[in-house]
Amino acid sequence: METQIERFTISIYTENNVGLLNRISAIFQRRHVNIESISSSASEIEAVSRFTILVAITEANMKKIIGQIEKQVEVIRAFYHTDEETIYQESCLFKISSDLLFDERQIQNIVKESNARIVTVNREFFVLEKSGRRHEVDLLYRELKPFGIMQFVRSGRIAVTKEKMNITHLLDKFTQE
Amino acid sequence: MNFNKEPMQTETLISKDPIASECIRISGSEAIVRSLIAEGVDVLYGYPGGAIMPVYDALYHFKDQLHHVLTRHEQGATHAAQGYARISGKVGVAIATSGPGATNLVTGIADAQIDSTPLVCITGQVTSSLLGSDAFQETDIIGISTPVTKWNHQITKASEIPEVIAKAFYIARSGRPGPVLIDITKDAQFETLDFTYQKCTGIRSYSPEPQIDPLAINKAAALINKAKKPLVVWGQGVILSGAETAFKAVIEKAGLPSAWTILGASAIETSHPLNVGMVGMHGNYAPNILTNECDVLIAIGMRFDDRVTGHLESYARQAKVIHFEIDPAEINKNVTADVAVLGDAKKTLEALLPMLVQNTHESWRGRFAALYQIEYDEIIQKDLFPTKEGLTMGEVIHKINTFSKGDAAIVSDVGQHQMIACRYAKFRQTKSNITSGGLGTMGFALPAAIGAKMAAPEREVVAVIGDGGYQMTIQELGTIFQTKAAVKIVLLNNNFLGMVRQWQQLFFDKRYAATELINPDFGMIANAYHIPAQKVTVRADLDAAVMTMMAHDGPYFLEVVVAPEANVFPMIPSGASVSDIRLS
Repeated sequence: METQIERFTISIYTENNVGLLNRISAIFQRRHVNIESISSSASEIEAVSRFTILVAITEANMKKIIGQIEKQVEVIRAFYHTDEETIYQESCLFKISSDLLFDERQIQNIVKESNARIVTVNREFFVLEKSGRRHEVDLLYRELKPFGIMQFVRSGRIAVTKEKMNITHLLDKFTQE
Repeated sequence: MNFNKEPMQTETLISKDPIASECIRISGSEAIVRSLIAEGVDVLYGYPGGAIMPVYDALYHFKDQLHHVLTRHEQGATHAAQGYARISGKVGVAIATSGPGATNLVTGIADAQIDSTPLVCITGQVTSSLLGSDAFQETDIIGISTPVTKWNHQITKASEIPEVIAKAFYIARSGRPGPVLIDITKDAQFETLDFTYQKCTGIRSYSPEPQIDPLAINKAAALINKAKKPLVVWGQGVILSGAETAFKAVIEKAGLPSAWTILGASAIETSHPLNVGMVGMHGNYAPNILTNECDVLIAIGMRFDDRVTGHLESYARQAKVIHFEIDPAEINKNVTADVAVLGDAKKTLEALLPMLVQNTHESWRGRFAALYQIEYDEIIQKDLFPTKEGLTMGEVIHKINTFSKGDAAIVSDVGQHQMIACRYAKFRQTKSNITSGGLGTMGFALPAAIGAKMAAPEREVVAVIGDGGYQMTIQELGTIFQTKAAVKIVLLNNNFLGMVRQWQQLFFDKRYAATELINPDFGMIANAYHIPAQKVTVRADLDAAVMTMMAHDGPYFLEVVVAPEANVFPMIPSGASVSDIRLS
């Protein structure tokens, strides 16, 4: 039995319908699996949505869940990949008091070294944006924490696969319709 | 026509042709009724209420084309629709109002989901502007029903109605069937639309039938042809795909001893020489024991439920497993398949047939016969032909077999009587064993029997029910009285919740916590609904009572008081291996 817990990125191509998120998340809930992050957006195929879900489970369970996801009427295809098989990123925003930008020189160094981007600055606060892997975002958070963070938010993982996603034939079929 | 301002006044205003050749301007509620008729629905089960009233008003105008059966509770409506679907293979339809009407459907929907029964349930919903406002009788039935439906959808605009209903029927009946729920806001029922109806023939994101892989068929045939000790376990998939003939041809050609899951029962006749009985917790001795001796296990249209497999890690480990299945999610879910044959069972079995080598497996089949003899001597004889005082459930089923000649459809509830009914009922035609398998829903049988009788009025329908489950949906006697559905009700009364009591006796040192029932006079209740009733307490009266019941033209109630503390054996204790099946 495959009992080792691994992290998987699940990509689900679906119709864009009300209630589908509920239907998909219910499959994880039934099996008492916690979703680490979830994001939903348009995909490369017109009018087809793509969910990206991050979970930590055994591969045996992963396969069963994929089967139950694909069984849903409005799901076109679902895939799972390991970290090694994907290019993945998260994005985060920090809202920080503007005074610090001028009073604490070190903040400017942190911003530079972390490749973070200043999105906006006004008298009261500035907003910093950083995209990267989880540990990079975590590092930036730890570095900024001592100065005081007014707000912090991080997105779920988004990912593309290194190999071609095996959905091209479906794409062709859909565009013919 | 706008129901809000100007209710329909005369029937002559309405064209009775459900599928108008041209587009017609009608209300959403009328579109719902016309769509149902266009799908071939002749009867639906339901209960009116505020948010569904416009549809009921439209039903009133089409009552000569679409028969509405008023059940006494919405749960009864879903179970009746299930009984209708299970005996006919057609889609069952249930309808209810919002809020409690909708939530009362849920048990039947969940039952239909786990037992792959095609249902379309329609619920009314509060006006769309009130959605999410905690309006009177508002409940999020889409959210509630999501995990127990194959598909569900909320309609807020009348123009969506025909297309969504067409989709609902297509999804419910295609591939692995299941329940669909359509929730329709009251304003969408009032709103008008330009109505035309087109049946759904495909949905781009949904492939109900996987493509058949000829290579998989080859591999399956090779394994079967090489097998020395093959065992078939078939399930409801054989019935759902109409594969009975192909199935019989396959097992007869290759000489395959074949056992059934509870929902597979009746796909081939009980007396067929290759039919070796039921597998699972209270199944027959031989197929359970020999599951752990066979060299090739051929599973057809079944899903390796835990009540079938017992302890998974010691289930058929020695065997190569071939799994014929329409639902890819079932492959390797519980038992790993060495060969998975995806596809509709009828088509895959027809493809398999010419590749099989003729065989009889006589000595291997002799093992089944020898083990059957042990079970017969230890259990079956005592169940069917008891000599001790106290009636057995088995002898009642045996009498029903005798007087129905195996032609009755048996609708059973859940518990001891269900296991006994499924073990001992003799079937000669398919779709004759109607029971709640996966969900184990007490209260299923009485309303399901009503639906079954309506779908197959030419058939004898006998509901076999325990005294616990009977009282969960006993109100449907009112439906029987009102519709005159000629259901034969056999109540096997042991004044206990028998199966739970059996477990308490065996595994909880006889601590009978909350399983003893102080029961009413069931005969008087039946009589109150003008249903003739009879009560049998001694063996000498059983024969005549069953004969009278079967000969009666119309609904009939027979109560048989059986021994209070009898147990169902054989039994695979929970968590034990199939080959550790106990005879006592």
